[in-house]
Amino acid sequence: MSSDTVNPLISAQHLVKRFGSFVAVGGIDVEVQRGESFGFLGPNGAGKSSTMRMIGCVSPVTEGRLRIFGLDPATDGKQIRARIGVVPQADQLDEQLTVEDNMVLYGRYFDIPRKECRRRTNELLEFVQLSDRAKSKIEPLSGGMKRRVTIARSLINEPELLLLDEPTTGLDPQARHVLWDRLYRLKQRGVTLVLTTHYMDEAEQLCDRLVVMDQGKIVAMGSPQDLIHQYSPREVLELRYSAGANEARAGELDGIGHRREVLPDRVLIYADDGEAALAEVHARGSHPESALVRRSSLEDVFLRLTGRSLAD
Amino acid sequence: MSTPAAVRAWESHFTLYRTIWKSNMLGAFLQPLLYLVGMGLGVGALVDRGNDAEQLLDGLTYFQFLAPGLLATTAMMVSTNEAMWPVMGGFKWMRGFHAQAATPLSPGEVAGGLALWHATKASIAVVGVAAVLAMFGETRSFGLLLAVPFGALTGVAFSAPLTAWSATRETDNSFPAINRFIIMPLFLFGGAFYPISQLPDWMEPIAELTPLWHGVELCRGAVHGRLGLGSTLVHVVYLASLALIGWLIARITFARKLAA
Repeated sequence: MSSDTVNPLISAQHLVKRFGSFVAVGGIDVEVQRGESFGFLGPNGAGKSSTMRMIGCVSPVTEGRLRIFGLDPATDGKQIRARIGVVPQADQLDEQLTVEDNMVLYGRYFDIPRKECRRRTNELLEFVQLSDRAKSKIEPLSGGMKRRVTIARSLINEPELLLLDEPTTGLDPQARHVLWDRLYRLKQRGVTLVLTTHYMDEAEQLCDRLVVMDQGKIVAMGSPQDLIHQYSPREVLELRYSAGANEARAGELDGIGHRREVLPDRVLIYADDGEAALAEVHARGSHPESALVRRSSLEDVFLRLTGRSLAD
Repeated sequence: MSTPAAVRAWESHFTLYRTIWKSNMLGAFLQPLLYLVGMGLGVGALVDRGNDAEQLLDGLTYFQFLAPGLLATTAMMVSTNEAMWPVMGGFKWMRGFHAQAATPLSPGEVAGGLALWHATKASIAVVGVAAVLAMFGETRSFGLLLAVPFGALTGVAFSAPLTAWSATRETDNSFPAINRFIIMPLFLFGGAFYPISQLPDWMEPIAELTPLWHGVELCRGAVHGRLGLGSTLVHVVYLASLALIGWLIARITFARKLAA
């Protein structure tokens, strides 16, 4: 079978990454199909980046089996890297060079002729809406623009698979939405996206399917909607009592909703009908400083699965 | 036709240099000029008045003695600095080596591109010094054409092993100490300013082991047409071995760093 037609695009079985005695990835099984948008969701230190670096064929697999395009990173790293695009967690741009130079030089690493690099650069800068910055140095650009340059640069070899490690960490909301929009367009063009994030909204926006990782293990897998349905009732009632009183007051709420989580700053009550749960809270004479009913999100899934909040 | 991988990696370093080439080249020319006028002519006037100066300097004036050594010392200075902070930057600050390693370039090719760049940078610096030497009748000679590659070789004999070492560092804390305790003593005791026969007897063999001394001897011999085949071979093989071994180790330390 030719490697072009092999499905899945990525397949990992009992994938392990150890640094000395520290286990970064503790035996995970993952399959990503061509054209899919797949996410690794988890807090810092969950093993997401280590997994990505193994898939990117820069960090050797400690144990287990990994195939990308049906090829083995241990022997075919070069060929695999030629067909993937990498958006690393920190932009690795040459700040003193222009946007255009950064793009062209990166293309040269793939042995793409200069002229062709320039042609693709024009096209890609248009795609990330930075054509007017082609001659600008990197240094004065905003964080969101630098990220877009990094994404454009990662596309210079027309990759079949794009790896994005926390693509929007540190960006303001507007810049994040611009990026999500561009990534969505890439997906529509048939590029397979694999990304890590610790933002629930990002995972919900971008991922067809995702795994939730915690401490090097996969704790759940599915589409965002499936995961929410499976692990969390439809609605969440968020109650805030006066500072420090959340723990003490939680007892007043026994028996309301399916489940309760007491966080330092708020109490979460999981219920099929959030408004009804709130009415019950009021009926019991409990008066929180604020109350909010919202839909369950992946954040709640994570809390349920790990007992910990994702937000640091 | 495809371009060798190390050359494609080199293109980035060279493009970055092109943004500063004017000021850098001006410096590469002015610095040796000032130095030679000050040390060569100024100090030279004093030294040449000494009774057996000419005999000690092997029939050369002090200017003639000092100036060619500058080819080697300049290469050493430029190369060691290139092999410290910019290497740290490639791994840690700008992370350009990581960017390269995410592409089909292998860690060895990343290291190869850098080595090629170091050779280029040393050559540029040495050509600057050679241009100054060509301005003075006392050092103007066709031997300068030979001295340029000798100077550049001296540079990579320093940059290659130091690059390998820098790639193992987590911080730049140790770099100033390298300058102070290794490069500075070599500069002072490597035979650039006076014949090492002037050193105390026990220091002389030590000086002969330092790479700088070999580079200085090569450059001085080339400029004044006094190179013997045997000693030239010894000097070149010594320096080339350092460069080669350093580069081979750098391939390993780069691979380790980039895979971590």
